[in-house]
Amino acid sequence: MAGTADPLLIDGVSLGSRLIMGTGGAPSLEGLGEALRASGTELTTVALRRYSPQTGGSLFDLLETHGMRVLPNTAGCFTAREAVMTAELGREALETNWVKLEVIADEQTLLPDAVELVDATEALVARGFTVFAYTNDDPVLALRLEQLGAAAVMPLGAPIGTGLGILNPHNIGLIVARATVPVVLDAGIGTASDAALAMELGCDAVLLATAVTRAQDPVRMAEAFKLAVRAGRLAASAGRIPKREHALASSQSAGRADL
Amino acid sequence: MTKPCRDVAVIGAGIIGLGVAWEAVRRGHRVTLIDPSPASGATRAAAGMLAPVSELQYREERFLELTRESALLYPAFIDELANTGVETGYRSEGTLVLGLDPADRLVLADLRAAQVSHGLTVDELTIREARRREPLIGPAATGAFLVPGDHQVDPRQLASALFSALAGNARLLEGTASGLIVEGGRVTGVALDDGSSVSADETVVANGLGAPALASLPVALPVRPVYGDILRLRVPAHLRPFLTTTVRGLVRGNPVYLVPRTDGTVVIGATQREDGRRAVSAGGVYQLLRDAQQLVPAVVELDLVESMCRARPGTPDNAPLLGRVSGVEGLVVATGFFRHGVLLTPVAARICADLLDGKPAAPEHNAYRPDRFGKGSS
Repeated sequence: MAGTADPLLIDGVSLGSRLIMGTGGAPSLEGLGEALRASGTELTTVALRRYSPQTGGSLFDLLETHGMRVLPNTAGCFTAREAVMTAELGREALETNWVKLEVIADEQTLLPDAVELVDATEALVARGFTVFAYTNDDPVLALRLEQLGAAAVMPLGAPIGTGLGILNPHNIGLIVARATVPVVLDAGIGTASDAALAMELGCDAVLLATAVTRAQDPVRMAEAFKLAVRAGRLAASAGRIPKREHALASSQSAGRADL
Repeated sequence: MTKPCRDVAVIGAGIIGLGVAWEAVRRGHRVTLIDPSPASGATRAAAGMLAPVSELQYREERFLELTRESALLYPAFIDELANTGVETGYRSEGTLVLGLDPADRLVLADLRAAQVSHGLTVDELTIREARRREPLIGPAATGAFLVPGDHQVDPRQLASALFSALAGNARLLEGTASGLIVEGGRVTGVALDDGSSVSADETVVANGLGAPALASLPVALPVRPVYGDILRLRVPAHLRPFLTTTVRGLVRGNPVYLVPRTDGTVVIGATQREDGRRAVSAGGVYQLLRDAQQLVPAVVELDLVESMCRARPGTPDNAPLLGRVSGVEGLVVATGFFRHGVLLTPVAARICADLLDGKPAAPEHNAYRPDRFGKGSS
């Protein structure tokens, strides 16, 4: 979409917003639509296990009305096999090769299962999918996923739904430094500053859902994230000052007599 | 004001259609109620919580006036059904709301501030106080709130009572409505799928998710199925009384409720799924039992006697489609009640009956107009 000089390019597709929105947890369809509009997002992810594309008047109609691209996801899958079968369901129903791959290890943490994730990435790439791999904040695993053919890697800031922010900024920075595919910070975002930090660390985009859909005022929070992602992106490319031990007056001549 | 006696056809004998039909009968109208399988949809599954306070949602506070009004109408509504001799399962013990982990407690405490700011009564209890009231609540919960104004009814019994009240006073037609009969911008009756028809001065469309499929409907009704899994369990004699009040909880962010009935059963619900699957979801049953057991550990000692799935008629803004369609005479719409059909039955019956009596629509009900999303092309 036009209107920005800084598009996000993934798999040859240009997106005007670097905020990707999830749809889970919204109290009403209309409220979700308003929040998505306020966020400025052009890409939304939908859990194939929770929403049927066949139901009229549903979430998918809403996204179509708003002209938003859909990124189907495999939320709720615990094995590579389930994830592949769910991805195939999404490709058939939504006619897209894109899939956000989630393979979860256990209910308590909802953390990605590294071994199943690798297996599923390999299988889906072989089947011609464009894989957005939701992964741990592990720089080694992120690189492996890229080498296996993932089109984007999506490290978590913190476990899904926790709102704890970015628990290991150092690792996120390392993932960014070594990746040649887009890095999308996914999961754990609680408030706007978390998203700004992700962009300052060099991430190409941020994906979040709960932080908006379960906020008391989702529309206001969505706008906050739109601005935060933009602010973080600008700051990341503006050459920040180094952190110093000692104070340094912003104006060198301040307080001196002009003799 | 003289009220003309009119021929009224009501399509749909779920809880809303039954309530509207009964109120119309009481106002002196001649009513035909049309449904091939009465009270077998969402009404059969519903837990029957009458909970305007604990159901308050952020950004949907504007609906509170309607839900509260209906809750206040309930005692009189129930009293007037007493002469049918059929129990309704109405209980006014209040509701306990529990939060499991500290974040759940925080969410409920924030919500309480919003509830109190709307003049609603929510009292914070210690867990020990909550457990003195309901000793089978486990010690793991971190927060407890008492909502004295949130009550319950048994929707199956209530539907039976309404049916008894209608028997002999209305015509009950076990047929399937296929469409409306429209003559010059006026709905004049109902066409049935066997080729017969019912003439009516006024037709009430109250058949939930079936409404959009009615032929010649002069408005597009944006209802979609939001499936829910719900369980019924029997309490063994040695564990009675299992609970004496409704217990709702937030369990690591997931809502769950346990509603004790006077007959020694407990209703545990409910999931919300838009996956298009009509069968009971194994994952849904697992999630309900898992979360309920976190709040009340003895849940696993109960007999699981029924698991059921039904679809609720959801609307884009979660509010009902209730009232007349502009420019169309002879038609009243009452569908899209989503999760609140049982709670809203008395007020919906009154609003519909007022319209049937010829009263103009009240301005405060404009937010529920069935054509508020546009009239559409159907």
